[in-house]
This record gives sequence, structure tokens and C-alpha cells, in this order.
Amino acid sequence: MFHLSIVTPEKSYFEGEIKSLVVPGTEGYLGILSQHAPLITALMPGKIEFRDEHDQVCIMAVSGGFLEISNNLATILADTVEKAEEIDIERARAAYEREKKRLISAGAGETDIDLPSVRAALARAANRIKIYEETH
Amino acid sequence: MPTLREVKKRIRSVISTKRITNAMEMVAAAKLRRAQQKVEQSRPYSKKMDEMLAQLAAGSIGEIIHPYFEERQPRKRSLVIFTSDRGLCGSFNSNIVRHAQNWLNEHKDTEVELITVGKKGNDFFKKRSWPVVNYYGNWGGSLNYDKARDMVRFLTDRFVAGETDEISLLFTRFISMVKYRISLEKYLPVARPEIKTSTNELSHGLKDYIFEPNAEKIYAALMPGYATTKMVTALVESFASEHGSRMIAMNAATKNAGEMVYNLTLDYNKARQAQITKELLEVVSGADALKG
Repeated sequence: MFHLSIVTPEKSYFEGEIKSLVVPGTEGYLGILSQHAPLITALMPGKIEFRDEHDQVCIMAVSGGFLEISNNLATILADTVEKAEEIDIERARAAYEREKKRLISAGAGETDIDLPSVRAALARAANRIKIYEETH
Repeated sequence: MPTLREVKKRIRSVISTKRITNAMEMVAAAKLRRAQQKVEQSRPYSKKMDEMLAQLAAGSIGEIIHPYFEERQPRKRSLVIFTSDRGLCGSFNSNIVRHAQNWLNEHKDTEVELITVGKKGNDFFKKRSWPVVNYYGNWGGSLNYDKARDMVRFLTDRFVAGETDEISLLFTRFISMVKYRISLEKYLPVARPEIKTSTNELSHGLKDYIFEPNAEKIYAALMPGYATTKMVTALVESFASEHGSRMIAMNAATKNAGEMVYNLTLDYNKARQAQITKELLEVVSGADALKG
């Protein structure tokens, strides 16, 4: 068992004891158990999965952030995070279509499009959709 | 002695002003509650962010190169001034403006530029032809993330491009409902987190962090977020203080209006009684004259 806290700029999202944790590191998914060595990593858009003290599995979509572990305390600083059941699927799909169109128009020669931010937005939307579909 | 009708008119006008200030007080109170909540909710994140930055500095060996840390001999300084878009909030704006003027006096030796947040401050410094390079207004008294990000992008780009060597934020920190403190904080370059090397700290186990993928890349990902968090903090603190100041100012105005109504009512009654007395005298003296 170790302590996990998930905070976002808007609020403290989760605080509690958990048994295991899987997060999307920039180099791939990481599994974390109790007594993990101190670690700092950046997170990609992806899925956070953890098992709480009652062996309940909780799945969340994260759109990027950081994870720090020390002294059996895991802290996730997330840009945004939402539980699978909280995902606004309509909004995610709309965002996905919108960003895809922008990417296509950028490919067609439109220049005042900020490509990295469009790609990032696309990845976030795709991630939400994927997690929604996995869990529904 | 003002006439009865005049006094009555004043009373009515003061009462309607009182109603307005009372309503404004309640609106400000509601906005304050929301703003205060935002301040409190954003604090854990910025605290953890600071901690992580410190951990990163402590755990990584050698120079950490990120452009936001670059300290240059300041030839040009920028000040971001946080005021409100609307007035009627007591001394909120004048306090900030006074501090900003002090700052400008202190830094006469270098070139300065201003970035204004909120219409009031912008109007003031524009009129006095200070170099205002950018202005962010129309916030409606609450946080707009896109706007905040625009600000961060503008400031960091300017700093990295070398167009300014030091950026500070001047804003009002929300301490409690009745307490605010003007705060001047260095924004860029970011103060290097202290690297603790005391033996005490080492025996505690200076944590041998694993960095995924490496410290430089994490810095590159962390710093923009850090810059945004700091800006958002300044904004939400400033908004909360604005609403708080307005609430207090309007509360005082309502009280004063109440007092005024009380005094005017006294005047009104005096004038009324004086008139009655006068009429009675006339009647009595008229009757006396008839008896004559």
C-alpha cells in the first residue's frame, strides 16, 4: 500500500491509499507498486489505472502531467484528469473531428496553424475517446 | 433650512443609492466566494509544483539548462501590473498603482516596460505615457485559461528572445476576507531552486531520483507548466482580492447611506414640525387678532 495524490490546477482530485498504479510515462506505461524507488517522470496523454485498498480498479484519462514518487508517496500533477465515467464523449468526439480538420488543412498548405498544439489536442481527444470506448 | 420637498427628494435618492450599493455588495460577495474557492483549489497544485522543482534540482547533478533560468545583467525590466477592469472597489487599484509607481522610481536606472492586466491600471499608465507593451483586459472578474496562457506565451517568448531581462509580477494576494497584501514577485528568470547539500539532509537520504527519460527533458516539460501555474496563481489571487475589496467598499457605502437616511429623516421631521408650529402660530395669532 502506498499513498497517491492526484492534483490538477483546478483542484485536488484524488487522495488515498492504493495498492498498485499504472501511468503513461513519456517512454511508455509504468507500473508502480509499494516501496518504489524515487522517481520523477513526465506523463503523456493516456490512461491512469490504480487499484485501491478494497481492490477496486479505477480508470482515468489524463492529458499529460508529471509523476513524482518518494517515501512511498506518489504525486501526480495532471493537466486535466477525469474518471472514465466522467468523460464527455460528445465533446471529445467533436474536438477530435475539429482538430483532424485543422491538421488536414495544415497539410493542404494553411500556415497559421500551430501544429504542435493541434497534434497535442488531437492526442488528448483520441485518448479520451479510447478510454471511453474501452470502459463502456 | 431646506424645504420639506427638497429633503424628501434627497432621502429618496439616497435610499435608491443604498439599494444599489447593497446589491453590488451581494454580487461581490457571491463572486468572492467563487474566487476564494478557486484560490484555495489552486494552491495544492502550485505547492506540489514548487516541491517537484526543488526535488528535481536536488536530485539532478550539475548544471540544469533551461532558458527560463538564465540570469542576465538586467538592462530592461518588465512589470506586470494586476488591476481590475471595473472600479468601485475601494483602494484596491490605487494601492497597486502606488506600488507600481514606487517600482518605476526604483528602477529609473534601467529601461522599463509595463504589461497591464485590467482596464484601470492600463488607463492610468497609458495616460501618463509609460511604455505599456501589452494589455490584457475584459476578464469579467474571473479566470480565463486561454487568456492566461496567451499572457504566459507572450512573456516567456519575450524573455527567451532577450527583449527583456527580468519580469516581475505586481499583484494583490488574498490573505483573508479583510486582509490583502500587495506582492511583488520575480517571474522570470525563475529563481533556481535551492539545492540542499547539508549533511543532515544527506543522512535523511538525499533521494537518488530516477528520471524518466532524463532531467533535462523533464525540465523542458515542467517549466512551461510552472510558468502558467505562477501566472494563474497571480490572477486568481488578484480576482479574489478585487471582489473582497469591492465587497468591503460597498458594505461601507451601504452603511454610510443608511446613516445619511437617518440624518435626513431627522431634518425632514424637524422641518415638518417647524412648519406645523408656524401654521399653528398663524392660526392662533389670526384668532387673537379677530378677538382684538
